[in-house]
Amino acid sequence: MSAIIETQGLTKHYGPIAAVESLNLRLQAGEVFGLLGPNGSGKTTTILMLLGLTEPTSGWARVLGEDPLRNPLEVKRRVGYMPDSVGFYDDLSARENLRYTARLNGLSRSESESRMDEVLSGAGLSEVADRPVATYSRGMRQRLGLADVLLKRPQVAILDEPTMGLDPEAAAEFLAMIRGLRSQGIAVLLSSHLLQQVQAVCDRVGLFHKGRLVLEGSVEALSDRVLGGAYRIVVEASGDGLERTLGAVPGVVRVAQERPGTYRVEAQQDCRAEVARRVVAGGAQLLGLSLERATLDDVYARYFQEARHEA
Amino acid sequence: MKRRGSPWTGLGAILIKEMADHLSSVRMRLLEGLVLLTAIGTVFAATQTLRQTIGEDPFLYLKILTSAQDPLPSFVAFMGFLIPLVAIALAFDAINGEYMRRTLSRVLAQPIYRDAVLLGKFLAGIFTLGITLLALWLLVVGLGILRLGVVPEAREVGRGLVFIFATLAYGGVWLALAMLFSVVFRQPATSAMATIAVWLFFAVFWEILAGLFFNIISASASGGPETELALANFRLFLSRISPNTLYSETVLALLNPDVRALGPVLITQLEGAVRGTLLPLSQSLLLVWPQLTGLVATVILLFAGAYVAFQRQEVRA
Repeated sequence: MSAIIETQGLTKHYGPIAAVESLNLRLQAGEVFGLLGPNGSGKTTTILMLLGLTEPTSGWARVLGEDPLRNPLEVKRRVGYMPDSVGFYDDLSARENLRYTARLNGLSRSESESRMDEVLSGAGLSEVADRPVATYSRGMRQRLGLADVLLKRPQVAILDEPTMGLDPEAAAEFLAMIRGLRSQGIAVLLSSHLLQQVQAVCDRVGLFHKGRLVLEGSVEALSDRVLGGAYRIVVEASGDGLERTLGAVPGVVRVAQERPGTYRVEAQQDCRAEVARRVVAGGAQLLGLSLERATLDDVYARYFQEARHEA
Repeated sequence: MKRRGSPWTGLGAILIKEMADHLSSVRMRLLEGLVLLTAIGTVFAATQTLRQTIGEDPFLYLKILTSAQDPLPSFVAFMGFLIPLVAIALAFDAINGEYMRRTLSRVLAQPIYRDAVLLGKFLAGIFTLGITLLALWLLVVGLGILRLGVVPEAREVGRGLVFIFATLAYGGVWLALAMLFSVVFRQPATSAMATIAVWLFFAVFWEILAGLFFNIISASASGGPETELALANFRLFLSRISPNTLYSETVLALLNPDVRALGPVLITQLEGAVRGTLLPLSQSLLLVWPQLTGLVATVILLFAGAYVAFQRQEVRA
């Protein structure tokens, strides 16, 4: 498969501050890639360079085989972009806002009307399409933003912080829409600082830190690499000397008491059965036992913990 | 490195959208109402006097525009005051307003260049001004026909159209300045205040400052009539730095065919001149050509400034 987005040594400096530092990125067709990292780590700058809205200091980028600096119109014709906290003309209706986008894309009148109906119903906004956008909720605006992106039938959708400021339900709804894009064959590049929310939709993620892409791969691969394939077992039990009992289980690396009666056990393999046996044999009461899946948050926290230690 | 694709892509779409916004916005309706009321008031008052003197004046329809009737100033004086305000209202939030609404990065993510955004907004402002002025002038002429019962002649219509163009250029100066400030300042309130400050400076304070400056210079200068002439020309030069002076001189010469010069005239230059004859439009045009060019050049310079500033700006929403 060919790369849809490719960057080589992409760098952007603002004066002495490096916003993005020699970024190498490859995005395959039909893939959902998550650009993750805290605020100010260079995600938006990267996106702006991909769209030709900002000139890189050095390095190059190719989007759909085009150079976004030289031929930004062709890139922007085929790439949809939703900025973070997307804005609309509040006194116009959703339909009028979309019509403006359609005109800017040079769509014919009949073509744009049929596409508008399509994307509005896809975003669940058909009922309210003629109400001014000022009356919309945050979630509706965000969905309108996605409709706006899809209006031009892009091959790539770049979404900057698409779930920011949404309540959990609206965020889940929105993520489901993103998953829908993948089934339509649209590659998605999304940026977020909410790791947990996006790990479910991303095929691959890249973790940004201070302008550098420090980790890249699928969520599982990353957690294997950073957390060392660790199993985390949460044990709820009451009794004495539990910490020692748990530490003696073969394969256990670390035991930590989270709060009275709850212990977090890190082990090299899934040793829940052995843990249960020993806890009960030790005369304690076992109340709960569960295996915790590693989340991106853990990966991220652990990685930077280690990075800080090394520094 | 050359970029591909036309900078005009999407210009039409932006122009239409912006004009629709201007023509339907409450802000513009208020100002248009104000302009309309003053226009009707001044023209009504002017025709009141002109009715008595019909037949004496060959340029009735220019007189309607220029004659003042106490306590009302003339139509032209009102326009010189109101058109800058309308122009500033059209453009002071052109770019920073888009930032505030967070729509700019979404618009620029469409297949258009920034050029189209700025030029589209500027042209929309100019066209709106032009439509307003043309409608206003037609209204004046219509009112004149009703009140005076005389049909305007071709030379009056010609001078009227050139007058509209000059007013458009004058309005364009303030439109371009407001647009420049809307790029430079992030807050619409700041850019509005800054533009109005510049306008007030030229409308009120520039003449005072130029007078003071001239007094300082002329106090130290002494000499014969040549120095006198040089000083007089210098005084004119100072006041012509202001676009308001350029505009008022343009209007003076365009609407008064008997005006033959806009500066000091030597007695030798008047030799052989037939007194009391009126200039044809082409000669009046020749007279105001520098002023008119100056106004248009100012518009272009200010727009170029806004263009450069906007191209270099980071469009982070």
